[in-house]
Amino acid sequence: MVIAAPKRIKQIKFGLISPKEFRKMSVTRVITADTYDDDGFPIEMGLMDTRLGVIDPGLRCKTCGGRAGECPGHFGHIELVAPVIHVGFAKLIRKVLRATCRTCGALLLTIDQKKKYVEQIKTLRRMGQPIEEIVTEVFKEARKAGTCQYCGEVQQEIKFEKPTTYVENEHKLMPTDIRARLEKMTDEDIEVIGMDPHNARPEWIILTVLPVPPVTMRPSITLESGQRSEDDLTHKLVDIIRINQRFQENREAGAPQLIIEDLWELLQYHVTTFIDNAVSGVPPARHRSGRPLKTLSQRLKGKEGRFRGSLSGKRVNFSARTVISPDPNLRIFEVGVPLEIAKELTITLNVTPRNIDEVKEYVRRGPENHPGANYIVRADGRRVKITDKNSTEMADLVELGWKVDRQIKDKDVVLFNRQPSLHRMSIMAHEIKVLPNKTFRLNPAVCPPYNADFDGDEMNMHIPQTEEARAEAKILMHVAENILSPRFGGPIIGGIHDHISGLFLLTNSKDKINKVDALELLAKSEIRELPEPAGKENKRPYWTGKQIFSQILPKGLNLEFKAEICEQCDICKGVDCEHDAYVVIKDGVLETGSIDEKAIGAFKSVILDKLMKEFNPQIACKFIDDATRLSIRGIMRKGFSFGMDDEYIPPEAQNHINEELDKAGDKVEKLIAAYKAGELEQLPGRTINETLEMEIMKELSKARDSTGDIAGRHLGMDNSAVIMAKSGARGSMLNLTQMAACVGQQAVRGERIKRGYAGRTLPHFDRGDLGSQAHGFVRASYKSGLSPTEYFFHAIGGREGLVDTAVRTSQSGYLQRRLVNALQDLEVQFDGTVRDTRKMIIQFKYGEDGINPMNSDFSKPDAVKRIIKSVTGKVKE
Amino acid sequence: MKEKEITGREFKPLDHVMVPRHEIIDEAEINKILAEYEIVKEQMPKIRVSDPVALEIKARVGDVVRIIRKSQTADKAVFYRLVIA
Repeated sequence: MVIAAPKRIKQIKFGLISPKEFRKMSVTRVITADTYDDDGFPIEMGLMDTRLGVIDPGLRCKTCGGRAGECPGHFGHIELVAPVIHVGFAKLIRKVLRATCRTCGALLLTIDQKKKYVEQIKTLRRMGQPIEEIVTEVFKEARKAGTCQYCGEVQQEIKFEKPTTYVENEHKLMPTDIRARLEKMTDEDIEVIGMDPHNARPEWIILTVLPVPPVTMRPSITLESGQRSEDDLTHKLVDIIRINQRFQENREAGAPQLIIEDLWELLQYHVTTFIDNAVSGVPPARHRSGRPLKTLSQRLKGKEGRFRGSLSGKRVNFSARTVISPDPNLRIFEVGVPLEIAKELTITLNVTPRNIDEVKEYVRRGPENHPGANYIVRADGRRVKITDKNSTEMADLVELGWKVDRQIKDKDVVLFNRQPSLHRMSIMAHEIKVLPNKTFRLNPAVCPPYNADFDGDEMNMHIPQTEEARAEAKILMHVAENILSPRFGGPIIGGIHDHISGLFLLTNSKDKINKVDALELLAKSEIRELPEPAGKENKRPYWTGKQIFSQILPKGLNLEFKAEICEQCDICKGVDCEHDAYVVIKDGVLETGSIDEKAIGAFKSVILDKLMKEFNPQIACKFIDDATRLSIRGIMRKGFSFGMDDEYIPPEAQNHINEELDKAGDKVEKLIAAYKAGELEQLPGRTINETLEMEIMKELSKARDSTGDIAGRHLGMDNSAVIMAKSGARGSMLNLTQMAACVGQQAVRGERIKRGYAGRTLPHFDRGDLGSQAHGFVRASYKSGLSPTEYFFHAIGGREGLVDTAVRTSQSGYLQRRLVNALQDLEVQFDGTVRDTRKMIIQFKYGEDGINPMNSDFSKPDAVKRIIKSVTGKVKE
Repeated sequence: MKEKEITGREFKPLDHVMVPRHEIIDEAEINKILAEYEIVKEQMPKIRVSDPVALEIKARVGDVVRIIRKSQTADKAVFYRLVIA
């Protein structure tokens, strides 16, 4: 394959095509609206004339002699009986009309002004600067003139009625009139309005000739019924030719002006919609079925248009897509691939002396006997499909230099991707594991980088086809190489949900685990030997959860950190922490502390961070595999569930909560009374109303928090929701407060709910009621159930959240697109500078410090502290 | 255009806390920088002569300005910009 060096485009010229040029580039005039005759052959001078190119196999183009596929197509033309306006330039025509004399066509500026502007435009052009500003000024100045300086004609106001009508003095300007005026403009004047008289004369905007696009860009398709179905563009061209003909007939017959004008307008409509079928003010032309036609502009514009959809868009072979589902027994860098998919996707093997026997075996197995082969490419380049019947015979034929498309099998490296691909961990290389059933299976620990869940998400898989691609995928994109995120310098892959709860339960309890249980917990991690037991009970040895967990830690790991459950005491007791929140790992043995989100959670795991930076990715991978499996065993040993009963609060606590809420209600009433009496003290920079709102909000959120505290006192570490919240597995204490104690204030745009009826939110309240209940304070808990008004307010607050997410995703998506477009070609060079493709310096040192954020410790200068500690033996905070 | 009257009370951008230090560097140093990054002058980022700070330090077209910024990541970050028309 020859890869040509990219060429730099020197110049692009945009202009208008003159009628003359339209005729010159046309190979035929199109006069009949018919396409094919009864025999199915294209009609001469019709829309499918063979001179315009051919699409039917067997026919030859009359212009270039090429067959279908070879002939690029050629333009034809339609002679319009009356000129029409090109919608795309309607606004320009308005500007030009207003700036030129209605009789002599001169630009309404003095000679000196013209000279000045031409001069300015020329300088700007020379410097490659945009000239729009000057041109706008020219039009603005020229419009001011009341009379023509050259012929003395008084100018009239020209009204523009969208999309293509111009009215002067209540008199409609026909395209012919407009064209006549524009024709009168001199070359010098045209230059003043920033146009090039040789490439774009303004009268060329008024179409007298319409180019007919080649047949190749509007192919007709033959339906299964044998019926031909024409392209949308052809349909539109048929309309134009029909009206054009009717127009001509009517004019020749001397029809009244009114009818002529109607037909003219109809012709204008058809030409307008041929160019753009989404002009505001014009009803879109529709197909018989009611579907709007896709005309020229629609082909180019937008996400699915020619530019974004066809030219920048890419689609590929060797890919698969299906629903994903979890499989904790897979390793994190594996992906479970359905057998059906594995049979379809292939890797091309070159037959060499080293692999010929292996290749022959694949061929022998055929396409149905996974892992087999689907195709053979012989030395002469002919592709032969392998079938069940010919497989044995083909296997014997295989020679050196042939190629065989082998089905993908276990351990092949593939790329796995979930959209939106927002960061580089959205596409990672996985190793295949062929499995039954029809979903892609992945280890739940790799959900965070893909941002995947299993509520119906689909993912794509791509098979690299060359050795180079496979090597690159394995070295650069392998899951193990992507455990650390370059976003914040910590692991993005790690335990989630039950992984955290499970290990927390295991390591935080004082459970005595007997030998059978201990070995069962560790069975999946392939650990067959236990350390010295922690003690003996009834003459039987037992082990602690911490010991079990230590078995999966690599030797030589030393760590000390505060766990997620740390209560941030004023004075840290360190190893003697009563919550067991101070983790100490010495030489791969967990001595104190509980394992929670801070230890193994995705985004936060200190252990994984250390393993990646001081050990290696393979060890980190193995640890994630072991930890997730151990945690699931651990959580199953105890059982872990949550139900309504777990939200139970004893009656005295409930009374306490009610008291607290009553107190808050009274306080709010007092505030309102003070406000009404005019005694409320205004906060600086706030109006009195804002002050009241803020005070009320403050009071109510305080009340909610205190109910949460009361509830929290009765919900201890034996409650699974508390365990999840404290260990960081899922949910928060706030969620628990809302379930058990009080849902709290519902807000819209950070304020209490105010909208609804005149002076009140709902008819249940008095007008002007400022009380907490009337403005969306939900006193109830989810468990006790919400009152009808509370329920309604809750729905209002909930809706805002949904709208916010929808708006945020679309906005941030567009921001991301713009950023990526702007930055995609920048590159960090070996000397640490950031440069673009022209090697211009953008940044003298990447990120100003030249540090790869992936290798930083959670973006903090932690390495310095570590070094100090290793030298002095002291920890400096 | 009329020259602006100098009152001695004009706003000086460089006195503002948010404006980093700018200084014009001499030919020898320019060559050292160009050699260090293996670039020609035109590959540097640019600054306009009409830029308020460039005016204040009286930079001329073709000069190279060193800008020393406070940086979140590196405490101090040094930038160079070529003065253009």
